[in-house]
Amino acid sequence: MMKGPKKWRLFALMTALLVFLSGCGREEISTLIPAGKVAQDQFNLLILSSIVMLFVIVVVTIIYVLAIVKFRRSKVGEDMIPEQVEGSARLEFIWTAIPIVLLLILAVPTVYSTFDLADVTAMDAQDEDGVAENLTVNVTGKLYWWEFEYPEQEIRTAQELVVPTGERVYFNLIAADVKHSFWIPSVGGKLDVNPENVNTFYLEFDKESSELEEGVYFGKCAELCGPSHALMDFKVKTLNREDFDAWVAAMQEEQAAPTETLAQEGEELFGQDGLGCIACHAVNSAGAATGQGPNLTTFGDRTTIAGFMEHDEETLKNWIADPQQYKPGNLMPEAASLNNGEELSDQELNALAAYLMGLKVEE
Amino acid sequence: MSSNSQKKGFGATIWDYLTTVDHKKIAILYLISGGFFFLVGGVEAMMIRIQLMKAGNDFLSAGTYNEVLTMHGTTMIFLAAMPILLAFMNAVSPLQIGARDVAFPFLNSLGFWLFFFGGIFLNLSWFLGGAPDAGWTNYASLALESEGHGIDFYSLGLTISGFGTLIAGINFLVTIINMRAPGMTYMRMPLFTWTTFVASALILLAFPPLTVGIFFMVFDRLFGANFFDVQMGGNTIIWEHFFWIFGHPEVYILILPAFGIFSEIFAIFSRKRLFGYTALVFATILIGFYGFMVWAHHMFTVGLGPTANAVFALATMIIAVPTGIKIFNWLLTIWGGNISFTVPMIYAVAFIPSFVAGGVTGVMQAIAPLDYQLHDSYFIVAHFHYVIVGGVVLAILAGTHLYWPKMFGTMLSEKLGKWTFWFFFIGFHLTFFIQHFLGLMGMPRRVYTFGADQGWDLFNAISSAGALLMAIGVLILLVNVVMTVMKGERVGNDPWGDGRTLEWAIPSPPPFYNFAQTPLVRGLDPYWIEKMEGNKEGMVYAEPLGDIHMPNGSFIPFVISLGMFIAAFGAMYHMDGHAWALPVLIGGLAITFGSMLVRSLKDDLGFHVTKEELIADNERIQREARALEGGKKGGLK
Repeated sequence: MMKGPKKWRLFALMTALLVFLSGCGREEISTLIPAGKVAQDQFNLLILSSIVMLFVIVVVTIIYVLAIVKFRRSKVGEDMIPEQVEGSARLEFIWTAIPIVLLLILAVPTVYSTFDLADVTAMDAQDEDGVAENLTVNVTGKLYWWEFEYPEQEIRTAQELVVPTGERVYFNLIAADVKHSFWIPSVGGKLDVNPENVNTFYLEFDKESSELEEGVYFGKCAELCGPSHALMDFKVKTLNREDFDAWVAAMQEEQAAPTETLAQEGEELFGQDGLGCIACHAVNSAGAATGQGPNLTTFGDRTTIAGFMEHDEETLKNWIADPQQYKPGNLMPEAASLNNGEELSDQELNALAAYLMGLKVEE
Repeated sequence: MSSNSQKKGFGATIWDYLTTVDHKKIAILYLISGGFFFLVGGVEAMMIRIQLMKAGNDFLSAGTYNEVLTMHGTTMIFLAAMPILLAFMNAVSPLQIGARDVAFPFLNSLGFWLFFFGGIFLNLSWFLGGAPDAGWTNYASLALESEGHGIDFYSLGLTISGFGTLIAGINFLVTIINMRAPGMTYMRMPLFTWTTFVASALILLAFPPLTVGIFFMVFDRLFGANFFDVQMGGNTIIWEHFFWIFGHPEVYILILPAFGIFSEIFAIFSRKRLFGYTALVFATILIGFYGFMVWAHHMFTVGLGPTANAVFALATMIIAVPTGIKIFNWLLTIWGGNISFTVPMIYAVAFIPSFVAGGVTGVMQAIAPLDYQLHDSYFIVAHFHYVIVGGVVLAILAGTHLYWPKMFGTMLSEKLGKWTFWFFFIGFHLTFFIQHFLGLMGMPRRVYTFGADQGWDLFNAISSAGALLMAIGVLILLVNVVMTVMKGERVGNDPWGDGRTLEWAIPSPPPFYNFAQTPLVRGLDPYWIEKMEGNKEGMVYAEPLGDIHMPNGSFIPFVISLGMFIAAFGAMYHMDGHAWALPVLIGGLAITFGSMLVRSLKDDLGFHVTKEELIADNERIQREARALEGGKKGGLK
């Protein structure tokens, strides 16, 4: 008899919680919908501390409401002079002791977790053949884009981080110019990207990003770094280990030359004899990169342009024609300055767009 | 010169304020200029919220947004909150301890003018090629990269203004240690004086690191030093340490006087002495002490390593204990009291839940691993606004209503005050509560725009709507001030009826010499004790009526500060290679040091207010009080 309603209650509670959580942002970016062990640990701390803090708030609220209801002048009389109480040693002991107990409840997991999340000893672990057991990615923060280098695999990409699911991925972070902060909210807390030292931490990715509505997780720069700080976004593609290995293999291969005429024309323009874009932007992940501009090897596979704009040819052409308009303060030169002072023609823009959109390693 | 009640022309009044060394007039100067900067910072806040009202808004450009954001933070902390609190400290603390003035009246005036010229210098950046744009924390790597003179305005302006604050802090320390009336032992000092004392000690210890950091910055930018330039072996994290060794105590420099104001209000409007006074005092001292030990909790994500993070996490959590003691002692102060909901009291009552909400999120951030998610997100923005607006600004608004009669001798309208309160309070929670969730939903702070695809639109719109309500509240307060000044209805010594401390024992506004006779303090809440014993005269006095020695006014503090203001322009434009810059720099410093020399060489012995003048003055005061009493009876009945 009682079982039915009880079950129903639990179900209702879970539903309400789900609705609440899904109301709290998008799966791609919300810390409230953790997508990896690190984020999950931090989410658990959030829940634990919220419960403890809610308890404090409830206690204070009860005393508070009682006091202002019971002792208002209209109730106790205009001329009443209250007893001038000095204090109470016992009460003061209680409200010193209880917070200390509450803080101890928080302190233990805090210390444990602080050391656990900073544990990167496995980073250098090698198997018998001297191959690293864990994936390490070197991240460099630059004015307003991110470079990702896979030192073991000798490949390099930018703006879209590709990682395998279900294992720890280690990161080395450094800034090339000013301070940034590397943050993938739904996967785990941030770490600053300083210009003077390499910071190291790890993250774990649980879910393949293809299951997400946008197909990628959203990454952010969390430290004010100049006018386009707000636009220094990156995306994270998570693949299962097999797909990831295939992606690495494809990245390591020499990329095929374009076959269409328009795209070939674009390649010409992009190269040394054209506008010279290649001086900053590498198009071969294994090739020597200057690192001045984002590596464009996988440009056709990406989901955004410049980290935050629609990934289509129209946007791309606008971007090439006037990058300052979209990302103020970025270091990409104006196209005209590379083209003997002339704006690029539609034909030239079309060719560049066709070429860049053809830069793919997937499929 | 027998009293300060003579009618004066407009020019004479201006000159009077330019040269005054009277702590009560300096308080008014702080209040007016702090209030002005509060409005400037408020306009900047509104610009931020308009920009973030909807996704992809283009009200402000990216660069301008960073300037507005930086100036909002800098203005609110350095030029609004601190000076307004200094206004109350100046207006009230010397009266609360029964002193004639602060220990160094000349320095008090110098402190104000340095702050004032520093603030003006900083804000002139808007008109002279661009404001600072590296955030109020001015992190080194970005600050060094920043083009134009924005950062130079920041460093030079804050240096000048910081000198002023440091001088004010030292002055209060000396005043409170040396100038307490007979019987005013440390453990009989009103809590607002206690918090002034501890906050002043924090100023003394916290501002030097800031000054050192800013000096490094000035040398890097103006003279090509390499303290922070990583390419040349510098280190940008050093700046963060310097800044936060100042920056964290700064939070307590702001919040402790706010606690003091609320402590006075709870006692007055509950007609009850503070519950656990001793505990409150020691909690204040402990909070001040811990304030210096936790700066690295602003740097959990910098990569200091797990040991540093764990130690600072635990140290930070500890602060919750003395703060909790305070909250519960306040609750027990109103418990069993006789609560009258005047405007100051509704602010104080509203402060408790607001500040508890800000405090518990502070504990959450002390959990270092959780802070990796919260740091530099909108959760932080929500947290520190809950602490600073929910604590400091509510205290400033409450203090304005509470001390207005003591400072100006008139009373702000209670009705309009309640309208201000409700608009401001509801607007405040609407603006900032929801920002906790924005942060948890992944929104970083200091972003000038956000994409529509991230799910933050609705909450940002709500937040902006709340800001509008707060702005309306502040506008109503302005109307209230103007109407009160126009009406000019005088009030007596103790307009709230339940004043407990010494400031309520003397006329509003007090005569320029404060107490004709130094009062004798017979316990905590001395005026209350006398009232309860039916002392008609108001106080028991510790000395017979006699001549009073007072300092002369002086124009020199203004000139010293003006010289530094001029020198700062020279220093700044020197780096552009202007030929006139060096002479301006030298000239400015010459004015400063020259006027210091004049001050040193000129004998200024002050003047005496004679016994006869005091008696005449006292009769006039009595006459006015009787007239006021009669008028009130006639008007009310």
